[in-house]
Amino acid sequence: MTTNLGNVSDQAGSGQPVLTIDRLQVTFATDGGDVHAVKDVSLDVKAGEVVAIVGESGSGKTVTAKTILGLLPETAISSGAVVINGNNVIRVSKSTLRKIRGRDVAMVFQEPSTALNPVFTVGWQIAEGIRAHATDGKRISAKEAKKRATEALRKVGIPDPETRVNYYPHQFSGGQKQRVVIAAALALNPGLIVADEPTTALDVTVQAEILQLLRDLRDNYGTSIVLITHNMGVVADLADRVVVMYQGDVVEEAPSRVLFADPQEDYTKKLLAAVPHLGRHSASEGARGRLHQDGKILVEAKNLTIEYPGRFGRHGFKAVDNVSFTVSENEVFGLVGESGSGKSTIGRAIAGLNRTTGGSLKVLGYEMLDFKERTFRPLRKEIGFVFQDPAASFNPHLTIGECVAEPLMIHTKPSAAEARKKVGELLESVQLPASYAQRYPHELSGGQRQRASLARSLALNPRLLIADEPTSALDVSVQAKVLDLFKDIQEQFGFAALFISHDLAVVDMLSHWVGVLYKGQLVEQGIGNHVMGSPQHDYTKRLIASLPVPDPDEQARRREAHRALLGG
Amino acid sequence: MSTPALTAPKQPLFSRLPVISHLKKSVGLQRGMLVVGVVLSALFILTSIFAPLLAPYGYSQLSDASGSFPTQQAPSSQHLLGTTVGGYDVLSRVIWGSQTAVTVIIVSVAMSLFLGVALGLLSGYFGGWLDRILVVIADAIYAFPTLLLAIVISIVISRGQSSFWGGIFSCAFSITVVFVPQYFRVIRAETIRLKAEPFVESAKVLGASSMRIIGRHIFKNATRTLPLMFTLNASEAILTLAGLGFLGFGIEPTSAAEWGFDLNKALADTSSGIWWTGVFPGIAIVLTVLGLTLVGESINDLNDPRIRGRKRAGRTPVPGTPAAPTTPSTPAEAGKP
Repeated sequence: MTTNLGNVSDQAGSGQPVLTIDRLQVTFATDGGDVHAVKDVSLDVKAGEVVAIVGESGSGKTVTAKTILGLLPETAISSGAVVINGNNVIRVSKSTLRKIRGRDVAMVFQEPSTALNPVFTVGWQIAEGIRAHATDGKRISAKEAKKRATEALRKVGIPDPETRVNYYPHQFSGGQKQRVVIAAALALNPGLIVADEPTTALDVTVQAEILQLLRDLRDNYGTSIVLITHNMGVVADLADRVVVMYQGDVVEEAPSRVLFADPQEDYTKKLLAAVPHLGRHSASEGARGRLHQDGKILVEAKNLTIEYPGRFGRHGFKAVDNVSFTVSENEVFGLVGESGSGKSTIGRAIAGLNRTTGGSLKVLGYEMLDFKERTFRPLRKEIGFVFQDPAASFNPHLTIGECVAEPLMIHTKPSAAEARKKVGELLESVQLPASYAQRYPHELSGGQRQRASLARSLALNPRLLIADEPTSALDVSVQAKVLDLFKDIQEQFGFAALFISHDLAVVDMLSHWVGVLYKGQLVEQGIGNHVMGSPQHDYTKRLIASLPVPDPDEQARRREAHRALLGG
Repeated sequence: MSTPALTAPKQPLFSRLPVISHLKKSVGLQRGMLVVGVVLSALFILTSIFAPLLAPYGYSQLSDASGSFPTQQAPSSQHLLGTTVGGYDVLSRVIWGSQTAVTVIIVSVAMSLFLGVALGLLSGYFGGWLDRILVVIADAIYAFPTLLLAIVISIVISRGQSSFWGGIFSCAFSITVVFVPQYFRVIRAETIRLKAEPFVESAKVLGASSMRIIGRHIFKNATRTLPLMFTLNASEAILTLAGLGFLGFGIEPTSAAEWGFDLNKALADTSSGIWWTGVFPGIAIVLTVLGLTLVGESINDLNDPRIRGRKRAGRTPVPGTPAAPTTPSTPAEAGKP
């Protein structure tokens, strides 16, 4: 497994851990007093092992990762030991720490487009690390550094690395940028890579490629990987061992197969149960034809085209290209696609936030091609909208009650007492205590805020609800609750919904009818269950095959199938 | 607003006021700077309020029961800070001068605040030709040297006359014109940013009118930086006022006391060794500007969580931690076989 890469830790014997974390504690000073982000974490990572640290937001997983590289801010104090190749990162001097970084341990960040400096070529950026670590006082020539940068790019599968080493970051796609970031991390052959949510900012199809790359690194070069993620599918795909963290503590640690098959702790069980699993709990289970077609058609798109104007002398960008679909009363229409597929643009166009430029889009009988704010405003009370980020979609200066009452105030102008009563009812219908009306948005958790957001969009009893990625900013366990609530309320209120998401499993759980968007075109639509089970279009096949499922054995089989699909 | 009865951790209004809340969360040097600034500013404001009580003579008083004041007299028991070439009491002029300064600050900053915020909100939210025209005008005003602009406007407004309020208003107006573009720019930028925020879009989706969106959703969120700008601009306003007075466009000594004007008159005294006529108004200007700037800069630093200093974490150790985490973890501990 190990090759002669000149790495100390690899040859030191597979029994010895590359990284040992012993009773790590990290405390931050904040305005609200001390926060114990990491309370007591001990773990070790052996050579050639992939250890995943999973947990929800606030569990301390990223803080742990940052401690490994000594990247904590000045407001933090840490105790315990983080030992890499015999150096305790917490105690060593700054110059030693600089030597350790890059040579012994490297980091892959979440967002590849911000981790690279746009004004330097990628080759320069990779070489920077190589030249900073010139050993034995010898300076490495620019030529030599570039040669090694090219080598690193080749290793991560960038085609034609001799030419592309001179490219700037914007000339690469998102997935390739992440490859470049990984190449930079690999440049000095560190024994350990810390990957903090390495695929979270990427689309599923690209995610599958990056996961494959990380797996190859481990297999070919024996690199150990600490993988920080909240995505259980990614864990099942890549990890050998899993550490589950909750509120700064390690809850459970087990080999990946054991953990998924037989979780011991209650928290782990809950976490795993909450992960949406493609093909389970489908809303359209057993459906033979399209459901809810007896009602009126609320949204009708015919050859809809939405074009963003180009810059001077350039063509515009077609975000939505010749799309036709309908949404009927009582129906949940799921719109799936990767970033840039135009799914949000369609949702926003229906709500009148974007203008359509071609074809026809009829919303509740109103032709959006001749959109005028004044004539459309009366229809607004029939349309609810749930935004992606619940934190940003509330005015921070108004209480939840005032925010939820806002649509009532605008359209029906009730008395204060009536409004208060209605707000209480609405909050209760989304399972929030009525007393929450007095609170400010920042005093609620993400899930609670998204429920309040749902309450606001339902205030006027709309006939149509547009939900634009309503759960993608939430933790899995919270997401599960919000999705359940959404399903219940949809059945109870009977509104039609356009549910937009990049997550196939989530869409399948809610939608009766699913449309798949790819580069602005609706490549496939059909009963949710059928689309997920037996996709027809090549893109849909690829999309579904790339989605990692939270089950290591099944995922291994899917991975093979995916590879066969790409190969054949 | 609804009663905050249910929101438990809410602090009383007093401790949420701008300067007081900042004082509470500051530590070390930052706190020292803020305290010095607050003390100096408080001194300045109190002096202006109690000027009639504090000042031994009126600002334009040239004589008392015992006869005319001597001119250019060195500090003495009768005139603590001496008298000027015109026979005014320096101490009284310095004290009364604070009143003029405060009035000018309040009038000018209030005017520029209202105008700048209103224009910034409208321009940022609606955009289009209105925005383009206003931005061009604001840029054009930026291009002028501020003092030159202030002089021109002062001439236009007062036409050489110099009553107390006439002088005050001409100063205040000229400062307003200089400051409006600053407020306009800041509020406009915030408005443009907020316009794309989901909560503004959600209000739009709900069918709220533009005026409701601006008034209810954008205004409060856009004006967060104003206390900071107020303090920083207040010190600049004093400097502009003093500059105008120094150049002779201020307020005549018979209608009000003005530090810049006194400095101008003291110019000739310096060569003949009469220091007290210039030093004391000068010190008054320096201390006032210093105080206001310290407050402004401290607020600026404290508002930014990345710059704000904090007490070190871990004063109350976690149970189970060794008291002094000085264990030099040797490699031997780290898993050698």
